[in-house]
Formats: sequence, structure tokens, C-alpha cells
Amino acid sequence: MKGDYEAVIGLEIHVQMSTRTKMFCSCPVEFGAPPNQNTCPVCTGMPGVLPVINARAVEYAVKAALALGAKVNLKSVMARKNYFYPDLPKGYQISQYELPLAEGGQVVIETENGEKVIRLVRLHIEEDAGKLIHDEKGESLVDLNRAGTPLMEIVTMPDLSSPQEASAFMREVRKIMRYLGISEGDMEKGHLRCDANVSVRRRGEAQLGTKTEVKNMNSFRFVEKALEYEIRRQVQILEEGGEVVQETRLFDPSTGTTRSMRSKEEAHDYRYFPDPDLIPLVLDKNWVDRIEENLPELPRAKKERYIKELNLPPYDAGVLTETKEIAEFFEKVVAEGVSPKKASNWVMVEVMRIIKEKELNIRHLALSPSSLAKLIRMVEEGKLTGNMAKDVLDVCASTGKDPEEVAQEKGYEVLSDEGELESVVRKIVDEHPDEVQKYLSGKDKIIGWFVGQVMRELKGKADPRKAGELVRRILNEKKGS
Amino acid sequence: MKELSREEVLKIARLARLELEDKEIETLRRELGAILGYVARLGEAGADNLDPTFQTLAKPTPMREDEPDEPLGADGVLANAPRKKDGFFVVPKVIE
Ligand SMILES: [Zn+2]
Repeated sequence: MKGDYEAVIGLEIHVQMSTRTKMFCSCPVEFGAPPNQNTCPVCTGMPGVLPVINARAVEYAVKAALALGAKVNLKSVMARKNYFYPDLPKGYQISQYELPLAEGGQVVIETENGEKVIRLVRLHIEEDAGKLIHDEKGESLVDLNRAGTPLMEIVTMPDLSSPQEASAFMREVRKIMRYLGISEGDMEKGHLRCDANVSVRRRGEAQLGTKTEVKNMNSFRFVEKALEYEIRRQVQILEEGGEVVQETRLFDPSTGTTRSMRSKEEAHDYRYFPDPDLIPLVLDKNWVDRIEENLPELPRAKKERYIKELNLPPYDAGVLTETKEIAEFFEKVVAEGVSPKKASNWVMVEVMRIIKEKELNIRHLALSPSSLAKLIRMVEEGKLTGNMAKDVLDVCASTGKDPEEVAQEKGYEVLSDEGELESVVRKIVDEHPDEVQKYLSGKDKIIGWFVGQVMRELKGKADPRKAGELVRRILNEKKGS
Repeated sequence: MKELSREEVLKIARLARLELEDKEIETLRRELGAILGYVARLGEAGADNLDPTFQTLAKPTPMREDEPDEPLGADGVLANAPRKKDGFFVVPKVIE
């Protein structure tokens, strides 16, 4: 960074939980519904209604807290955060303030300099606001379908020191939430939204600089772009002898810049107080313990295990644990008795190629892990060449057929009779004295040409590795004569 | 009893989106001061060693299952809206 400044960044991440209904009413949570369809007197703030907590949302938030190593408060309090905005029909958002659902915890991210621990301040439950559309006629249109959708807010300590670390943190949080099955983490649907507190200071200085709050960073790329811009802006101000103003700034994706949101300043006086409509959220310790016991293996632990117990390279382990579905598929292939490294190669290269081409989730792939295991075994036993196996895999992946059956249909079989292969090699060698001469004069690469001829003669039914060995042996016999 | 300052009253009014006339500000300085003074007596109760009481109900937190119900829907929700268009509420433009 210019002039040796360092950035100090803390994040607030809002995660939309994948519940079927809203936080305090039974309206369905659904993306893309016609405006205001999924609304009722509770989520539109009509007088005289009472909110009732969604038990599933509490369970999901507790799961998240435990997975992040936070301390779950058995008693927490829902609070009103008061401000006026047309997307907030009640005039307040139900959130948590003094006593949040959970405190502490951490997320480990991978950086250029190795692993880094990002400490968390808290995790709390709150409800989302509605959506505003600004039309060209100078009016704003309000859609309250999203109002009341259950969110978790995760707040970090200012432990992040670059835009890349911030996006790595967001990715890791999304991965964990998906492993837990408590959020789809679809960025395009706004399932993960991020605000950041950013300041810069000269490297080595203990005192924090004045911070700004940057809002509206709703993709990994935008987080990086927005923070890069904001850090550059603050450094420039300091370099020119100016002072950073503490304010809220909005990221504008179309220009890649942040701009001041003066209107928000005053609204910062939220006058939080416990929501009198909701008695404190009291959790049963046994219930929380049971959730903890039933947490799935999380991505980092899984990756570690693949490296230590399955002897996979860290790169493989990282790719395979990127999603829970891929990891589970891989584990099932290994459970069929395939060596982890072989299974890893096939899943990482071929299976991931197919799901990418088909734009499929691996869950919807017609190929079963046991079919892949069978196919890998066929290659190991020399019944199929690698190329044949890839063809077979493509068919299995779209039809779900058994690999043995597909190989038969395609007429794929590897010549198992070594005598026949040898006679074909001898025939080819005898028919091409010029090429033999080239080999004898040191042109080693010509072996590949011979193998090609053999494969053509046998219509691809030979194991090219075996054919290559034979070609070399027979050519070498000519050396002495 | 302490009166509120004019600035304090104006700040609260602004947060509550209330427009006050001068004469009302004077009244509110006195009346809000009196209310706050009255409530402040709770501070004398000596509850330092007690956990905060947010509610007086002794029941466990009521919760509901995550089962969707038929929503009221746009027609019902917009029935009393002063202005509406294509299923939306219409409000004066909010600029950010
Ligand atoms: Zn509702």
C-alpha cells in the first residue's frame, strides 16, 4: 500500500436463513414472488398484531453460533431498532442489542501468509426490511415480501487487514452456512450481505484511524472493489494532510466508488429498547447441547482429515471440501474401496468438468458414486483405457446407466490377449522399415507414432501404455541385428 | 425537576418526524422533563444486584413451527394504502 499504510477492517455480515417462513409470522419466504404477495398484518406493521418467533430460525442461528465457536446465551433479548424508512413498515426493526443470541467465536481464513484467525464479536437474530424500487417518475415503490425474513448478523472484530481477507472471510462464512444447511448463500438473491468498518493507519501505529462504514457490498467482488476504493480514498486524504470524516458511505457498483450517505447520519440514533411484544428468548441447555452434538463435520475439519488421514495433497483436499455435496460424493466413492487419490483425481477432474458443463449441482447428477467406483475399478483392472472410461463416464453422467453396460454398448473392450497385441505390433514394425530406421538413429519420439498405428489397427481396443512398452521392446530387438 | 433543553426536544422531534411549533417546544420541555423525572425515581429502587427484568411473564418463550400459512396478499395489504400501483405501495421518492 502507498506510503506504507495498513487497513483495519471489521465486517458485519447479514445471512439470510433458509427457513420456509418469516421470522415473526407464517408468511412464506420466497424469492421472486409478485410484489406484496407474501405479506400479512404482522410483517406490514398493522396495529394490534403480535410477533411470534420462528423456532426453526432460532435453531439455525444456534447452529451457526456453535459452528463458529461462539458462546450461546441461554437468555437473549429481542430489541427494537427505531428508524424511519419506507421499507420498514413498523418504524422499527426487531433485532437484538444488549443481550444477543451469541458472543465470541472465530472464523479461520486462508491468506497469502497462511491461516489467520478472525475473531467474532457476536451473532444475533434480526428481521430483514422490504425492498424499494425507484421509478423514473420520481416515486418509490415498496414491496414488503422480504420484510420480516429471518437474518443472522455476524459481527467481527477489526481483525481483517485487506480487501482480499474480507472476501475470503465472506466466502468461508458462506461455506460454513452451506455445510450447516442453514442458508443457501445465493449472492444473487442477496442471501449474504456485507457492511464494513474501514480505517487506515501508518504501519506499526497502535492508534486506530477514523473509520467509515461502507454499505451495500453484496458480492465477493464488490467487497474487494469497494474496500480497495475506500482504502485508497482514505490514504489519499491522509497523504494530502486531510482528515477522514467518520460517516456512512454507500458503495456504487456501477462506478466502483463509495459516496457519502449524509441522510443516514442522524438515523444512527436508533434508541434501542427491549421489544415489549416479545419476552426474552430462553433456550433449554439440553436442546443447545443436542444441536452441538449433531453438528456436521465442518469444511476445515474435513479438509484437515483428507490431508492427514487420506493423504491427499492440500490442493485436492481444498477443492473436494469446497461444497458438502462434492465432499460427500467423493467420500462415497472412497467407501467403495477406491484409493483416495484415484477417487480424488476422477472427482476433481472428470466429475467436476461434467457438472460445470451441465451447470448442475452434483446432487442432480445421474452418475452415482458407486458407478464411478466401478468405472475406476474397470480401468485399474485393465478392462478400459483412460480414454474409453471418460467416454463411458459422460454417458453414465447423463443417463445414470451402469458403466459395464455402457462399455458393452459402445463395444469397448481392451485386448487382453498379449499375443495378439504383440503380433499386431510386429506386423506394423515390419511394414515400416523407414520409421524403424529413424528410431534406430535416435529419434525416440517416433514410438508415439507406432503406438498410434497399433491403436488404429486395433480400433482403440489396446491399452496404449502396454502397446508403447511392446513397441519399444520390439524396436530395441532391431538394434543388435 | 429538570427541564429538557430546547435542543433535546428538537432532536427527539426530528427522530420522531414531528414538526413542532415554538409554543409546543416550551410545553414539551416542561412536560417531558416531568415525565423523565417521574420515571427516574425507579433509579432509586436499589436494584443493582438484580438481573434486568425485561418482562413480567413467567412463561417460556412461545415459538411457532416453521410452517407457512396463507398470507394476506397484496390486495388485502394494500386495501388501505393511500397510493398503490401494480401491487406496490407508492411513496414519495427516497433518494440515497
Ligand atoms: Zn407476514
